[in-house]
Amino acid sequence: MANKVIYAVYEDPEVLKSAARKLITAGVNVRDVFSPFPVHGIDPILGLKRTRLGIVSFMFGVFGLSLAVLGTYYMSIYDWPMNIGGKPNQYYYQNVTGFVPVLFEFTVLCAAHGMAITYLIRNKTLPGMPARNPDPRSTDDKFIIELRTADNQHHAPEAITGMLRETPVFEINERQC
Amino acid sequence: MHQESAIRPPLILGHRTYGDITADVVAPIENKAPRTWYILLTIASVIALYGVGCILYLISKGIGTWGLNKTINWAWDITNFVWWVGIGHAGTLISAVLLLFRQKWRMAVNRSAEAMTIFAVMMAAVFPMIHMGRIWLAYFVFPLPNQFGSLWVNFNSALLWDVFAISTYFSVSVVYWYIGLIPDFATLRDHVTKAWQKRFYSVLSFGWSGNAKAWQRFEEVSLVLAGLATPLVFSVHSVVSMDFATSLVPGWHSTIYPPYFVAGAIFSGFAMVQTLLLIMRKAMNLEAYVTRKHVEYMNIVIMVTGGIVAVAYATEFFMGWYSGVEYEYYTYMSVGAATGQYWWAFWALMLCNILIPAMLWFRRIRTSFFWAWAISIVINVGMWFERFDIIVLCLHRDYMPSGWTMFYPSWVDVGTFLGTIGIFFTFYLLFARYFPVLALNELKSILKSSGESYKGDVLPKSQH
Repeated sequence: MANKVIYAVYEDPEVLKSAARKLITAGVNVRDVFSPFPVHGIDPILGLKRTRLGIVSFMFGVFGLSLAVLGTYYMSIYDWPMNIGGKPNQYYYQNVTGFVPVLFEFTVLCAAHGMAITYLIRNKTLPGMPARNPDPRSTDDKFIIELRTADNQHHAPEAITGMLRETPVFEINERQC
Repeated sequence: MHQESAIRPPLILGHRTYGDITADVVAPIENKAPRTWYILLTIASVIALYGVGCILYLISKGIGTWGLNKTINWAWDITNFVWWVGIGHAGTLISAVLLLFRQKWRMAVNRSAEAMTIFAVMMAAVFPMIHMGRIWLAYFVFPLPNQFGSLWVNFNSALLWDVFAISTYFSVSVVYWYIGLIPDFATLRDHVTKAWQKRFYSVLSFGWSGNAKAWQRFEEVSLVLAGLATPLVFSVHSVVSMDFATSLVPGWHSTIYPPYFVAGAIFSGFAMVQTLLLIMRKAMNLEAYVTRKHVEYMNIVIMVTGGIVAVAYATEFFMGWYSGVEYEYYTYMSVGAATGQYWWAFWALMLCNILIPAMLWFRRIRTSFFWAWAISIVINVGMWFERFDIIVLCLHRDYMPSGWTMFYPSWVDVGTFLGTIGIFFTFYLLFARYFPVLALNELKSILKSSGESYKGDVLPKSQH
């Protein structure tokens, strides 16, 4: 039996959500969902784990702060302590208050860019990447559920399309893969 | 799920569908540009070219071509710098701070406000760079290992904080803007018909496909970036204010500068957003998206921040007088300023920043498109005068009467300033023509009709 991809096209995010819930309750394996904007509440239905990008951002922030502390220490305390009117300059804690804006900015710089780059790589959205959405309408006004027969060996393809027809689906497209 | 209030007017007028929103944004990109766009672009780019010419002349001849003198050694350059940076703040405030406060009306405004931010910060960055005189040594502001031994930057200096603040602010704003643009570029990629446009937008969209995991990450990134950009935007103008506040010049050496400058920045930034948006609304048929309600909300922000600024002026005036110090007699908020040779600059500030914006307290005026636009122009002028007053008025009466002088701008001063306005508008016009001017993916999520015809399938019957 040739493997097929089934695209169930919906016109509304709420309908798509209830259809996806119906399919998954029936034991059908849903491959993915494509939508023109975030469909809130779809993640638990599809069983998607929460993204860890927030943690990534925190780690990059800690990295940035450490680098900034190290840099200001090396340049302004270790390598060339500046003598400004004889003010104390031998220890970091005596000078750190003046470095706070730079430490803060550098932390934000690393946290923001580190997270943004990780996000682009994890999403596979980089310059020159091909688009993978099955239908150009999925970036306009249609919401699409992608199912594969290969993922659903214990359901006949006809049974799946039958289940989809029971939901208020806009259209069902099938493709060989 | 998006909750809609029963009594508030909808944020998007008319019974629009998801497809209509796409069509409304794709149409101006697909269609031939109107003749006015070409006329405006020509005017803006001619002024921009003149400005570039002035900058090149300045770099080849030196800072002496400006009207600076020994007493007033900072004038239009820093005025323009602070003015442009301040304008930039509105974009980040709209997109980041209002996102954290869940203000959905920002969605119609944020894309163009962020674009304005980026172009304004670029214009701001021009001034400290050309002020260095030897621009080819501009990289010395970064802590780089160099051939002069252990010559490092001074991390205690407010001017160096500026370097870090502005460069972080600029790059984070660009990233934030672009991450929001990627899904909208994907929409354009899938819906334009011309081959070159398809290729152009498919490169810009980075292969976005809009699957569930990508959207989950997108929302997380938007939220965390907003959380990072919010303290960033407040830090940037605080640091800019410390360029003055950490010095020992009477009038500048003031502890209220950071909050006062941040409020002033938001005040002027929202004014610039109004100036641009109210024109764009008409020119690009965005009447359904940028409604009277949006204009009123923005005017309320202007009233609040304008009020903070007015209180700050009064505080400065009172504290200067109350100190009884004779050097305070000629700061920008003093009797000397109001009655001295710079009386016109002082009163221009009072008129443009306090008296005329006070008209917004009348509901009829703050909900009128024409008056909102006219007052926004006045505020832009007023906020330029604020920075001019702070800088030039505080300097023009030096400690010794022999150093007392006036500042007269040269044609290079004027040309450079006008030039940055020209460059700014050139960029903005190109943005309005080729980029999605509304945040499509966000706007679609607040459509009132969303799910209405299908709710029977989801909700129990009793909730109808």
